Amino acid sequence: MTPTPGSVAPTGGWRSARVAAVDRPGPAAVRLRLDVADRVSHLPGQHYVVRLTAPDGYTASRSYSVASAPGDPLVELYVERLVDGEVSGYLADVLEPGDELEVRGPVGGWFVWDGTTPALAVGGGSGVVPLVSMLRHARDTGRPELLCLVGAARTAASLPYAEEMLDGCTLVALSQEDSPAGRPAGRLRAADLAPLVDGRDAGFVCGSAGFAETASQALVAAGMPADRVRVERFGPSG
Amino acid sequence: MTTRGFTGRPRRSDPRLPPGQYDVGDDWPVLTAEVTPGVDLATWRLVVDGAVGQPSSWSWDELHALPVERVDTDIHCVTTWSKLGTSFTGVRVDHLLAAAGPLPAATHVLARSVTGYTTNLPLADVTGGRAWAVWEHEGRPLPVPHGGPVRLLVPHLYFWKSAKWLERLTLLTADEPGFWERYGYHDRGDPWQQQRYQGD
Repeated sequence: MTPTPGSVAPTGGWRSARVAAVDRPGPAAVRLRLDVADRVSHLPGQHYVVRLTAPDGYTASRSYSVASAPGDPLVELYVERLVDGEVSGYLADVLEPGDELEVRGPVGGWFVWDGTTPALAVGGGSGVVPLVSMLRHARDTGRPELLCLVGAARTAASLPYAEEMLDGCTLVALSQEDSPAGRPAGRLRAADLAPLVDGRDAGFVCGSAGFAETASQALVAAGMPADRVRVERFGPSG
Repeated sequence: MTTRGFTGRPRRSDPRLPPGQYDVGDDWPVLTAEVTPGVDLATWRLVVDGAVGQPSSWSWDELHALPVERVDTDIHCVTTWSKLGTSFTGVRVDHLLAAAGPLPAATHVLARSVTGYTTNLPLADVTGGRAWAVWEHEGRPLPVPHGGPVRLLVPHLYFWKSAKWLERLTLLTADEPGFWERYGYHDRGDPWQQQRYQGD
């Protein structure tokens, strides 16, 4: 694990973002399209912080991965709605187009793919969101072959961005049903990843702490050197 | 700027909670940027080197022979969760530094993990009984995903400063950014000042 100096750092301070669109792809998710004032372009994999402020000055902030490509004029965030989620609940139930949000970003210079090196990216559940940004960027730049994408979820219906992922992934592993491409139901294993590692300079793993632990170890077992694997673990953050 | 329609959770006035943080309760999220390493305690040593008179190192057993203490504290992650009223067991960094003898010119320390992760701290933040090398959490061996066998504990700063899988403390005569600090996180990381990112 050797940090590369000079990677994009955040960000300056808080910016105002106008909500251009809100949609709810499922009962437990909300997708926001934001027009960010004076936006600094992100790299696929980075996230934004969203801050909500109550009338008495109380604030709550959470981080959400960016799903949009750098070339998209808007910033797209996919937010999993958590039970009792203070921020995700607000975003899912109250926010409307035309509202203003305070955001800060892009944040995070480590879990990023610059779109120029062959990479293998593995995402579980809402951990596929930053990988969607990578996928869209690879297509925008005409280099889809640089990105080998693996998506994992319980079912196809619970996979965020299912349509794009099923179309763009080299492998979709579903634990509770056979995948549309025919992979039998079952958790992602090293044997799934072993044929995909060769020639990939970097590995990216994103998901819950449990998924990230299992998938990153599987990636190493499949032959990817541990020091080439970058991991983003999502915590429960409301 | 007030957010339309946002009221937030009922306000808690727990004085232990820094601004912008929430209480994660019994949970303890795992947030790590790299593959969790395996550490072989038969060969592992904790090293103190750099701007010191006597570079020193301790095996697992030698570390346990130093004065061990239990630390009751709160921890605060930059991602806005805090864990209140928890405990760790280990040895004060003061004891390690006393053996190695920091040179008068030493001003900072760079903590390093077996994974290569680094984080920088002013010397004043790891001395005076404010930092420990710890191997137990609430009386049990520190779980590997949380940095076991041994992690740094600097509870008065955001928790990325408390390097997991600790193997080395290198004393420096000038500040040098560590892993997250190079990626734009704050150099010091005081949760009471909300020093999350550069410029805060």
